[in-house]
Amino acid sequence: MDVPAALSALAPRLSPGATRATNARRLSGGASQETWTFDLDDGTPLILRRRPTGGAMTAAALPLSTEAALQAAVAPRGAPVPEVVWVCEPADGLGEAYVMRRLNGETLGKRIVRDEAFAVVRTGLAQRCGEVLAAIHATPLDGLPPLTTSDAASELARYETIYRQSGAQRPVFEAAFRWLADRAPPLERPVLVHGDFRNGNLMISPETGLVGVLDWELAHLGDPAEDLGWICVNSWRFGEWRRPVGGFGDYQDLLDGHAAAGGAPVSLDRLLFWQALGSLKWGIMCLMMYASFASGADRSIERAMIGRRASETEIDLVLLMEQSA
Amino acid sequence: MITHPTAAELAEALACVETGPPGDARAVFLARVADNARATLARQTDLGPTAEATAVARLRGLLEVDGDFKALNAELCARLTDGRLAALDPAVLAHLRASVMDQIAIDQPGYSGLAALQASR
Repeated sequence: MDVPAALSALAPRLSPGATRATNARRLSGGASQETWTFDLDDGTPLILRRRPTGGAMTAAALPLSTEAALQAAVAPRGAPVPEVVWVCEPADGLGEAYVMRRLNGETLGKRIVRDEAFAVVRTGLAQRCGEVLAAIHATPLDGLPPLTTSDAASELARYETIYRQSGAQRPVFEAAFRWLADRAPPLERPVLVHGDFRNGNLMISPETGLVGVLDWELAHLGDPAEDLGWICVNSWRFGEWRRPVGGFGDYQDLLDGHAAAGGAPVSLDRLLFWQALGSLKWGIMCLMMYASFASGADRSIERAMIGRRASETEIDLVLLMEQSA
Repeated sequence: MITHPTAAELAEALACVETGPPGDARAVFLARVADNARATLARQTDLGPTAEATAVARLRGLLEVDGDFKALNAELCARLTDGRLAALDPAVLAHLRASVMDQIAIDQPGYSGLAALQASR
């Protein structure tokens, strides 16, 4: 498929003054979706997000039109998201895809947690994340596209099934499944959960902080503490393990921001439950991605090596279990 | 001792790595992953046998049965699953702590969770 040509043909409908697309370039990263950056000849900076032709591993992902609808639904609540410009139709020749405004900022966690350029915005970032999550969680559910609902117990069960199918025998995961199953909090009132709110999916400006929450493909209805715990998983702290919120802030900053913006109170215990479940889920996902190597579906060294990241979640889980013992 | 992937699978994947066209971002990325894989295999050769032997010794003490690593590890998993051993049992946690520290030393010695776990005692 000639994506740049299709984007040029679409240009007049993306902006009244545009006649063609320029500088179209596929960005690396994004295992299940393609991301293209491009400009219109009237200067409009845009991003195309599309499902690769014949893309695998997308069974759990939302339709891209749903992602676009969610971004449009949370924006009026004050959650920063890229403005959706166009949801593609079959005639556009781009497959399942949508176009949004391109934001300026950084998504690489390593830079966000360490670079001097982000030192100023880092100080308020955990609180801001809490506020933004409260805004997302306050989105009215009426009128949202169809979404699944999951709670702690169902998430645990889902991942335990995947783990059993993997054939792996990992005592830390066995222990963590039992430990968490005994503590799974009931779902009191389902809210819109982003589902992947962490470094990598947060666009951070060195001047203005959090400017965009990206990658809505795992959004669902569930426990607001799920999002609060996920951003605290050590795997996204990029070495800054003493700052539990994304490597840049403290638990209380995140919880305070969430409460100050009207979020239903979440206890640190509940957050830590979801953080631990987050580590466990990421560990199982590493095994799943390795499985595509083992099955022969993808024999790349990348898919083989990702399995060796499961142990990072095991060491984090051991610490969390010790601290709760 | 380590599976998903085993050392043999890593070596097999490494043998299939091809060099891409110059400047190709994906090829550069995969070359970096391949370097990591070679370093992981080297660490596993150095540290793996001792890690497995000490794990077997710990498991024999914890489970009070005999066997090789695979059998003992499977027995520990079975006892955790059916509740004969509790996740937060101090003896279980002590074994898990020692095991994951040995494995992270092979898989990802720079991972910050190792420093966090060491600092917690």
